[in-house]
Amino acid sequence: MTLNRNDFTPGSPLHKELAELAGEENVLTAPEDLIPYGFDGTAAMKQKAICVVLPTSSKAVAGVVAFAASRNIPVVTRGSGTGLSGGSIPVEGGIVLCLVNLNQIIEVDPANLTMLCECGVITKAIDDAAAPHGLFYPPDPGSMKISTIGGNVANNSGGLRGLKYGVTRDYVMGLEVVLPNGEVAWLGSKCVKDVAGYSLKDLFVGSEGTLGIITKVLLKLVPRPKARRTLLASFDSMSAAAGTVSAIIENKIIPCTLEFLDKKTCACVEDYAQVGLPTEAEAVVLMETDGHPAVVEEEAEAMAEIAKEKGAISVEQATDEAHATRLATARRSAFSALARIRPTTILEDVTVPRSRLVEIVEYVEEVAKKHNLDIATFGHFGDGNVHPTILTDETDHEEMERVEMALSDIFDKTIELEGTITGEHGVGLAKKPFLPRQFSDASYPLLRQVKSAIDPAGLLNPGKIFELDGESE
Amino acid sequence: MAENKLTTLKYMADLDYSVVQQCMHCGMCLPSCPTYLETKRERNSPRGRIALMRSIADGDLEVTKEFGDEMYYCLGCLACTTACPAGVNYPKLFEYARAEVEHQDVLFQPERRFWRWLTLRQLFASQAKLRVVGKLLWLYQASGLCRLVRASGILKILPKNLRELEPTTPTVRSKFSDDLIEENESGGSTRYKVGMLTGCVQDLVFSDVNRDTVDVLLENGCEVVTPRSQGCCGSLHAHNGDLEQAKVQARHLIDTFDLDSLDAVITNAAGCGSHLKHFGGILADDEEYSEKAKKWDRLAKDISEWLVEIGFRKPDGQPEEEETITYHEACHLCHGQGISKQPREVLCSIPGLKLVELENATHCCGSAGVYNITQPEQAGKLQVEKVESIQRTGADRVATANPGCHLQIQNGIGAEKPVSHPVSLLAAAYRREKAK
Repeated sequence: MTLNRNDFTPGSPLHKELAELAGEENVLTAPEDLIPYGFDGTAAMKQKAICVVLPTSSKAVAGVVAFAASRNIPVVTRGSGTGLSGGSIPVEGGIVLCLVNLNQIIEVDPANLTMLCECGVITKAIDDAAAPHGLFYPPDPGSMKISTIGGNVANNSGGLRGLKYGVTRDYVMGLEVVLPNGEVAWLGSKCVKDVAGYSLKDLFVGSEGTLGIITKVLLKLVPRPKARRTLLASFDSMSAAAGTVSAIIENKIIPCTLEFLDKKTCACVEDYAQVGLPTEAEAVVLMETDGHPAVVEEEAEAMAEIAKEKGAISVEQATDEAHATRLATARRSAFSALARIRPTTILEDVTVPRSRLVEIVEYVEEVAKKHNLDIATFGHFGDGNVHPTILTDETDHEEMERVEMALSDIFDKTIELEGTITGEHGVGLAKKPFLPRQFSDASYPLLRQVKSAIDPAGLLNPGKIFELDGESE
Repeated sequence: MAENKLTTLKYMADLDYSVVQQCMHCGMCLPSCPTYLETKRERNSPRGRIALMRSIADGDLEVTKEFGDEMYYCLGCLACTTACPAGVNYPKLFEYARAEVEHQDVLFQPERRFWRWLTLRQLFASQAKLRVVGKLLWLYQASGLCRLVRASGILKILPKNLRELEPTTPTVRSKFSDDLIEENESGGSTRYKVGMLTGCVQDLVFSDVNRDTVDVLLENGCEVVTPRSQGCCGSLHAHNGDLEQAKVQARHLIDTFDLDSLDAVITNAAGCGSHLKHFGGILADDEEYSEKAKKWDRLAKDISEWLVEIGFRKPDGQPEEEETITYHEACHLCHGQGISKQPREVLCSIPGLKLVELENATHCCGSAGVYNITQPEQAGKLQVEKVESIQRTGADRVATANPGCHLQIQNGIGAEKPVSHPVSLLAAAYRREKAK
């Protein structure tokens, strides 16, 4: 039987039990408390939880999960709620477990180049804590100033530095996980080489809260690059921009950042951040190289040279570190800045092999014309991760139908180009209907088999990524 | 807006739904919000509060006491407005939501109603009344009676919150603005004619800053018109849910100045400036005033903004001793008006003054209008953080451009570190120049 909010009113037996496990002040049931936990960073999706619990220790997390398991209550885990696929949206009759208070950095180990921290630590705080040791935590998702590392691991988040440094998974050495029955497991170690058993930690990276609840993370750190140079090049066509990117990589230069913004995105970002982005060009590419000062110098010059050869209208270098940071920060705000145009902003993150990038960008333009929609595109040139962003209005049902059709077309094209429907945001709810198109062989039932092996009762974030019950699809 | 709610909602029914819808709940505002950082609870965050407003607009939530409390827990510091890439008009949402809370009277308490009536509808509705109270306060403070009262222990009969507030009461000046500033002043060749806003609190507590502002304007070729008994601009009313009285105050202020003859209307208080640049919106439905209000908005300028715009003259001459200074950005200057560089430019122009940057300079000091009175606990925490970061700079002096911040920081840091308005320091530098 599904429980409802009345079963959790203060003073009820269930409320008392939760309060004992997590502390009374950490159990929220008032509508004014629940409504703001009904959504994450994803457009047009909401659901109210029956209660929100904010535990302050791994032990309390395990206690709440065991409590939920014994009563068959679904649990949705959440960090700062900046996800972009609806992964942390509550499920009906479920508890929301918000882990922002597990926010301690437990250890920085410069000898082994690792950091151990709780899941609620803010992504940027990790890199800030690594910096004084001369160390670096490269993954930098757009929301890094507020996203939590637990959420990053659960979604295997990417960022602007994917091409050179990889994604969150590449930095996870170990995890503490609360299993669906409330037991706690430690997976992985500080050892670079570790082949004991299945690589279970990797199963949990990107599992979107459906297999276990990540409470601690052991991260790999790398030496902090001593120098970086940032360039901004503008082009009169997307293909000229893409040609530059290909030429840079063919010249054996792997910049840490190769971001592009189309004209519409540039205009919105500039309106917000006022950092001097060219707003007339059809495509702007933000390039950054980091590493040894001499190499960085040489690479920056080579990149500027290549861009000019390939027809860049202008190539500018960031004047100093602060300017470079402002440019990168401006780029990170692209998604939200696009909300200036229309009430609803639907962001996608289809990804194709780098060589097919121009094809997908051009296809998105075609789709926009075909369905008469306003679509802006920006993204990561270096790793083929594109963010077509549909600017629409969720209250206009007729337009939303066209949005659905456009999304469907874009996903089909992506799969045709041997790409993936999501590069860094996860499947969650938003991309769930499209996953079977990509997992068209025995891989799709395999997902369900893994889920039922670890969470047979289907209590952790049920209905995300795929339906638990194949019949209801 | 949902149909069924239109009958009961007043202000939030008037609000265009697209303003609420503009929030895409991406979460970029969270790290900027002092109350979210304190509690880590979504309802105490900008996007959480907007979600509650949207639920009310959708008819999913009533205007409850909890909602009212939440709207008054918000500082209204507008740090979220700077952080928001989507350009959500939070100031408007915040003002309309508070007005709705008052309209629905969900926070009703006899004592609260009395204080609101006394302050918003009496004292801050009439500068004459405020000045009478100001004079009485000055007598109480200057006569030494306040020391006697404190020593007698009689204050113990006051309610706890008033008792705690008494020692932080600002020191009232013996002379108010009209005693210090002539109605019309000019000196030498004039390039511009400007109106001078004397404010309400500023008039009583910082009339010297008003005088300094006029001196600096005169020094820069401005003829200055300072109408008598101007009164509050209505910022206090608008931020505290009394939009009707805010309109009255706005109309009164517009009538006080002959706008057609002026190049600018100058304020030196950030909290006022942030409000009075939006009279056009407040009086949009007022047939008689809407056009005048738009003109007013174009003329309204913060003093540092105006100085930089007209290319103010940099003072000469070194003082005997060099001084280091740090600058706290008033929320309603940096977040409310986007004025950040100009006050620094004023400070850096002053010989012998070295600016040391303040960590988290744009973080709210907890003053936030009357927040330090209504929410003393949260305000106190922010005050401590602010004072600690000021201490870390090691600066000799603090500059800030808003009376609320000025008092909050001075109360927190004590007498050993002076707090000044940038324009006062500039005025002092001009005077020093002349003395030589």
